[in-house]
Amino acid sequence: MSGLRILVPIKRVIDYAVKPRVNRAQTAVETASVKHSMNPFDELSIEEAVRLRERKVPVSEILAWTAGPAKAQDILRTAMAMGADRSIHVVTDEKDASSQLEPLGVAKLLQQVVQSEKTDLVILGKQSIDDDACQTGQMLAGLLGWSQATQASKVDVEGDMVTVTREVDGGVETLKAKLPMVITTDLRLNEPRYASLPNIMKAKKKPLEKKTLKDYEGDFSARLKTVKVTEPPPRKGGVKVEDVDGMISKLKELGAL
Amino acid sequence: MATSTRFAASLRRFQHYPRVTPCTSRFRPAVQVRWTGSTAATSEPHQPDTEGGVKGKTAPAKTIKFTSEAYPDIQRNSKFAKLTPDHVKHFQGLLGSESALIDGLSNDAAEDIEPFNSDWMRKYRGHTKLVLKPKSTEEVSEILKYCNNNLLAVVPQGGNTGLVGGSVPVFDEIVINLQKMNNIRSFDEVSGILVADAGVILEVADNFLAEKNHIFPLDLGAKGSCQIGGNVATNAGGLRLLRYGSLHGNVLGIEAVLPDGTIVDDLSKLRKNNTGYDIKQLFIGGEGTIGIITAISILCPQRSRAMNVAYFGLESYEKVQDTFREAKNQLSEILSAFELMDGRSQKLITKATGKKMPLEGEHPFYCLIETSGSNSEHDSEKLETFLEHVMETGIVSDGVLAENETQIRDLWSCREGIPECLGHWGGVYKYDLSLPIEDMYQLVNDTRARIEEAGLIGNDDSHPVLDVVGYGHMGDANLHLNVPVRRYNKEVEKLLEPFVFEWIQKKNGSISAEHGLGIAKKPFIGYSRSDTMIRLMKQIKDLYDPNGIMNPYKYI
Repeated sequence: MSGLRILVPIKRVIDYAVKPRVNRAQTAVETASVKHSMNPFDELSIEEAVRLRERKVPVSEILAWTAGPAKAQDILRTAMAMGADRSIHVVTDEKDASSQLEPLGVAKLLQQVVQSEKTDLVILGKQSIDDDACQTGQMLAGLLGWSQATQASKVDVEGDMVTVTREVDGGVETLKAKLPMVITTDLRLNEPRYASLPNIMKAKKKPLEKKTLKDYEGDFSARLKTVKVTEPPPRKGGVKVEDVDGMISKLKELGAL
Repeated sequence: MATSTRFAASLRRFQHYPRVTPCTSRFRPAVQVRWTGSTAATSEPHQPDTEGGVKGKTAPAKTIKFTSEAYPDIQRNSKFAKLTPDHVKHFQGLLGSESALIDGLSNDAAEDIEPFNSDWMRKYRGHTKLVLKPKSTEEVSEILKYCNNNLLAVVPQGGNTGLVGGSVPVFDEIVINLQKMNNIRSFDEVSGILVADAGVILEVADNFLAEKNHIFPLDLGAKGSCQIGGNVATNAGGLRLLRYGSLHGNVLGIEAVLPDGTIVDDLSKLRKNNTGYDIKQLFIGGEGTIGIITAISILCPQRSRAMNVAYFGLESYEKVQDTFREAKNQLSEILSAFELMDGRSQKLITKATGKKMPLEGEHPFYCLIETSGSNSEHDSEKLETFLEHVMETGIVSDGVLAENETQIRDLWSCREGIPECLGHWGGVYKYDLSLPIEDMYQLVNDTRARIEEAGLIGNDDSHPVLDVVGYGHMGDANLHLNVPVRRYNKEVEKLLEPFVFEWIQKKNGSISAEHGLGIAKKPFIGYSRSDTMIRLMKQIKDLYDPNGIMNPYKYI
């Protein structure tokens, strides 16, 4: 084998530190002028791919791929600054309902990417923090008929054998599978690096290919309809009492004593 | 998404500076913190990994020396009355509820009272037997009136995060703590004017304003504990001064109580008011020596929607200056902070917390640049041009740009976390100085050379001094010269003082840029102020506080 061809699909989401707000129409969360960044799990995927190469696993190419609005280009640049070699951006129109992608649509797209790019290994985040669906990796493995290892906390590649450790209730589980395969990443896999300035500069010169959904064959339209989006009920505030007597009378009042 | 992290952050604001292991709580590596929120799927608690916990031995909980013992030259002023049970009874009647005062006179309340007696640097410790926590301006007025009539000395106290011993008693002064006066009184969304009680915690005020898309024009490392009244009383500078200017400009009005109980109601909400002497300015930075600030009105700017943070490694102090010049030139109105950290200070953070630093390799200097503006695309474009320029011309050797909010916080912690981490081994001699920018770092080198010569600096316990570090607000020409020590030591002190102050005097700098005078700088005010200025200040003190009960033994 001439070296692994790794595909890392990533997604642009509302920054995890930002508190999302539901829009007035209660159809979605507000995304306009809200800070966005790369889905945290996808940072782990990129980092892991780069680390595999640094660990002298023969890697011939790391390809970052995303489908999203024009601004999603920023996270591809970040991915390339972290160490991806090139990237593909499937530009979608946020306002066009027919280009809203769901996990199945994304998995179908990725299936075609894998085939055209002759990918051996797909590393993707176990879930994106906006819809928390946790499905894309599994669906992709199903469509391709490949082995899958989800929620990886450690990945070792030797020849065409991959050993993946995953954390499960009450311990760890170790899986072994042959390439090609799909791996989804979990939070303790690694600690993503900062994009350093020299690498950000270099990333600007790395190839970024733009595509649209029309470049792929098939039906990627959404099958689910969002009925309503609401915020969780606000927490009721507590009360402060002045002293022990105040606390006792309050507890009595509430019927706790 | 991310609820637990936010919860942790909100908890933090009630947490006073922990004394023994100050660094652990804040300095988990970002990754651990950042995932807790986004993965509801994992129920397991996050164990600190090899990088998570504090490495190295924690400094033992040494008992703090009483200020009166450490500085035997200061004598208790015998004209002040000693606290009697009658006094305490009076205050009990005045304040009503039991929780409004801590009485260490008639019962043993040593543990409860200790946090009010000593400062967080563990450098100063008083002997107070009484802590009062008034809930209203009227109560403050009644207390002061009584104290003035009975010649009982008092210390006004906010979050007690001061660095010069100004907020703790020296002898048996009564502590008047404002923590119970914590209401936000009003906020005008059109003018951006906030009116709030003095005891509101800075971070609480800022979070309140954040919801209204405004920002408190002051930010500093201790924001989770410090109170805005204390901030104003000490004219705190902090991280946003470069952008928003000092409190002398932003505070529009003050409500304060004079020692005789007079309530000074000057809670003006006017930006312009040229009618007579601007008396409120005397309270700003007055360190509680002429009265107690009970509320403020302050002008709060619109919060910037777009924020970017970059962190650089540089090979010399000359390059830091070049970077600053370029930043002002190219980023101009969006530049909101320019902070300097030397390599040694960053190394000590790693040593104290095990935190992984953002840059690979070591650099003698680091700086942090923050931009904030209203249009993220416009800002990014400017910032990118700037970054490209400084990288290509070799002004900076290496650098990173925060890609998300978490990284922004993480990069800031490399600067904001320094003071906390330096205290990790025992104590810190802190000097907060204003100097011409070009000379700023030379002082650190000269000081280090002086201590090295005396053989007091070293890696093992036999040497009192760990290192000599410099960091600070480059944009405001404000240097923090810090000497982290394993124990406070007279020999070290003699090497530092008055050497540092003489050095500053030669350069026409200030011996206290933003920390104030307190007890630490009182004897040295002459290095920065002329005799005439000091005489005028004393006249003001005598005018408003003829009995001298307000925060005695300090300031001037």
